Amino acid sequence: MKPYRIVGQPQAQIDARDKVTGRARYADDLRLPNALHALILRSPHASARILGIDTTRAAALPGVRAVLTGADFERTFGVLPISKDEPALARERVRYVGEPVAAVAAENAEIAAQALALIAIEYEPTPPVLDARHALKPTDDPLHPELKRGDNLHKQVEQRFGDPDAAFAAAPIVIEKRFRYAAVTHAFTEPHAVQVEIDGRGNLTVYSATQVPHYVHLALAEVLGLDEHRVRVVKPHLGGGFGGKSDPFPHEMIAAKLALVSGRNVRLRFSREDVFFSHHGRHPTELTMKLGFDPAQGITALTGDILIDGGAYGSFGVVTTYYNGVLLQGPYPVPNFAFRCRRLYTNKPMCGAMRGHGGVNPRFASEVLMDMALTEAGLDPCQARIDLLHRENTLTVNEFRITSVGLKRGLEEAMRRSGWREKYGKLPFGRGIGVACGFFISGSALPIHWNERPGSTVRMTLEFDGAITVYSGASDIGQGSDTVLAMMAAEVLGVELDQVKVVAADTRLTPVDLGSYSSRVTFMAGNAARNAAIRMRRLLVAGACRKLGLSEPEYPQPQPPADFFRQGQRAPDFEADYLGANPDYRDGFELSGGRIRHLASGADIAWLDAVHAAIEGPGILQTVGNYRAPKLGGKFKGAGAGLSPSYSFTAFIVEVTVDPETGHVRVDKATCAHDCGFALNPLAVRGQIEGCFHMGMGQALMEEVVHEGGAVQNAGFLEYKIPSPFEEPEIDIVLSDGEDNEGPFGAKEAGEGPLAPVIPAIANAIFDAVGVRLQELPMRPDRVLAALRKAGAR
Amino acid sequence: MNPAPHLLRLNINGQCHTRAVAPAITLLDFLREEIGLTGSKRGCDLGECGCCAVLVDGAPMLSCLLPAADLEASAITTIEGIGCGSDLHPLQEAMIEHGAIQCGYCTPAMVLNGVALFAREPHPDEHAMQTTIAATTCRCTGYNAIRNAYRAVAAREESR
Repeated sequence: MKPYRIVGQPQAQIDARDKVTGRARYADDLRLPNALHALILRSPHASARILGIDTTRAAALPGVRAVLTGADFERTFGVLPISKDEPALARERVRYVGEPVAAVAAENAEIAAQALALIAIEYEPTPPVLDARHALKPTDDPLHPELKRGDNLHKQVEQRFGDPDAAFAAAPIVIEKRFRYAAVTHAFTEPHAVQVEIDGRGNLTVYSATQVPHYVHLALAEVLGLDEHRVRVVKPHLGGGFGGKSDPFPHEMIAAKLALVSGRNVRLRFSREDVFFSHHGRHPTELTMKLGFDPAQGITALTGDILIDGGAYGSFGVVTTYYNGVLLQGPYPVPNFAFRCRRLYTNKPMCGAMRGHGGVNPRFASEVLMDMALTEAGLDPCQARIDLLHRENTLTVNEFRITSVGLKRGLEEAMRRSGWREKYGKLPFGRGIGVACGFFISGSALPIHWNERPGSTVRMTLEFDGAITVYSGASDIGQGSDTVLAMMAAEVLGVELDQVKVVAADTRLTPVDLGSYSSRVTFMAGNAARNAAIRMRRLLVAGACRKLGLSEPEYPQPQPPADFFRQGQRAPDFEADYLGANPDYRDGFELSGGRIRHLASGADIAWLDAVHAAIEGPGILQTVGNYRAPKLGGKFKGAGAGLSPSYSFTAFIVEVTVDPETGHVRVDKATCAHDCGFALNPLAVRGQIEGCFHMGMGQALMEEVVHEGGAVQNAGFLEYKIPSPFEEPEIDIVLSDGEDNEGPFGAKEAGEGPLAPVIPAIANAIFDAVGVRLQELPMRPDRVLAALRKAGAR
Repeated sequence: MNPAPHLLRLNINGQCHTRAVAPAITLLDFLREEIGLTGSKRGCDLGECGCCAVLVDGAPMLSCLLPAADLEASAITTIEGIGCGSDLHPLQEAMIEHGAIQCGYCTPAMVLNGVALFAREPHPDEHAMQTTIAATTCRCTGYNAIRNAYRAVAAREESR
């Protein structure tokens, strides 16, 4: 291991003291002067025509400063340019219970509430479409007539590689099963909130609980018809996102419009019920998957037919539709592969991106089928998985470039630590152990909005007082991204972490970063920050050389590592954007302890003196670092989906106790092996893995958003049950000691990938415990009991 | 239309705050909206998430469910009243050290509930710690790191 001072060491978040003392300010904690209070009136119908809206009485109420309806917004929006299908306020029809229909801004919350009650809306309810199967049926009244279809299909993706049919015919083991999945939601603790500040020139500063300030900026300008330069979006501290704050939202458009109309600052916050209406959670799914397996070769074919229930609007749904298929291309080679995935519009709150986006549900199916095949073949499910993992520097059949794969050693260690060999198949009835693997993208190689700019840019300044400031558009949503960026700057520049300040997620002050989603921040913003720091180091070294009377070092052009894996002739631009995974600074200086020392001569000066020397000319030291993904992927339709410069790999080994009387499943212990390349901040990586386990276990055993007639029935923490501390087992974590050639200091993602294997690992452990295979989530006690009864009856 | 404001005087973190407020105002609204102490978090307004916990005469209570008018005779402690400057409560230090803080939204409540627990019982057993942690919803950490921080404080107290 390299002798790093800061990276690789467990570091508390740089704002941990602010959070633990209540000093950290979240979107609803800001106090803008003289702000109006905004409220949204929501649809009581899942599907209805709006025959008329009368706001005159509301507008006439003293203290009301602005009232909006759908007529006040010309343009619809959506995070993906290909599905801008969502209005800020409903027009002509409502498509889900809870959809925003009108909004008011008033001097205080009481007046705003009174005004909402005075808005008269005449609805004509129409028959709602409540599930994906229903949505496939022909209709002359689809949710989105603009698509000019005779049904409610939003997106259909079909891909085929190799010859699955021939492979199935030749495979010794072929298993096909059907799986079903309930809707689950992010359940972050901070409800959405937004505050808008308007200045005398009509410029808007929007403080919002968002993972994607840049996309919110673009959407606000477009929907409000403003020049983009009039909008500034700032993310304050954020109380959890998990994908549920990664879209531009109607309430952001509404609050901004209210500010424009009234000329006043506006404050708007969600109730917990509003959060459930907003949703954007994991798609309810129904799928059939077929696996062909040959003990001598591994997986020979995998096919899936997948139906996902998207709810009323598009959100990230087109991406989800692809991810449900393409993310099956790991963690093992699948030489013959085909899938069809269809996303349907239904009259429910929309689904979108949720931790492990699109890859979680199919992973449950593929890893249960894998377990069935390995069991049938008489192979050890853990050892066989190790043997079948992707090899490094290979291409999948759909041309994903697999580079570093560090899971093999990690899973071997997890197998040993968990006592797998002593336990698997040997525990008494009712107790079991199971394993599953997964893989996930470290950022999407392609941007959502096509452009030629770098995927991530970081600006860095160093001033007379020695303060290093990292300006990054990346959003710290609680995962600790500000901390990891500061750590890399401190590492490269030879200072303590305290000396690095972070200005983040402010679209006026920070360069464009696409946001915190698709596990992209550490890899992409991280590379950009590290590159900016390396360039800053060169300025500092130049200052030191001048003071010491030395000539400046000559820097060779950065070269790819010897084992760098190119896809075809495509490679990253090493000179401009890429300075190597594990930088050898090539300057012959050591920066530490407040000194800058020339290694060859031993001459040294104070770090701050070098700053002063370097700053004499320009007055401020400023650098820019970029990250630009290498050009990747095949030439077929949809080849861009799932492309990532690198992939993480995870395995979970889980022990359970199943009560055959009640069907209750308890997870007793979990062991995780995760390959995030080099763990930049092991404390944060462990936190992400534990958080993934929590969410995966919730989806596996208890979580379910229940709709009745399109209305959410359990819109609160009492009824939407997530795991409590009593259900959380101890989690033993094995971090791989590998490195990725292209990640910053060799790092890959850790925030999402670990979730997916949790669910099948629990299912496989249930099979080891009581001999039944569950194929529907959540694996509630009643379902376990039903499966046990069915097995007993056989 | 609104009921007449009511003059309310509360002792918060050892200081008296007097405000003219709506008679039915909750303690959470009094703290956040009237005197600007935003460390108590609003997660649901229904007593379900636990993020708004404060100490009333040393006992943890959910401020979103408490009528502020009932508390004129009580001493109220919010997160702003725990640890001053660099001198943090051992649980605050332990939570930082063990990575028990991710997004931080549940953190004030996790701290206050723990402060009350350790004041009452310096060596709580696992069940008492679990029960205390379970009073607040955390969606980031999976609770393990928080549990470890609580355990560390229990152990530290023991060695004294």
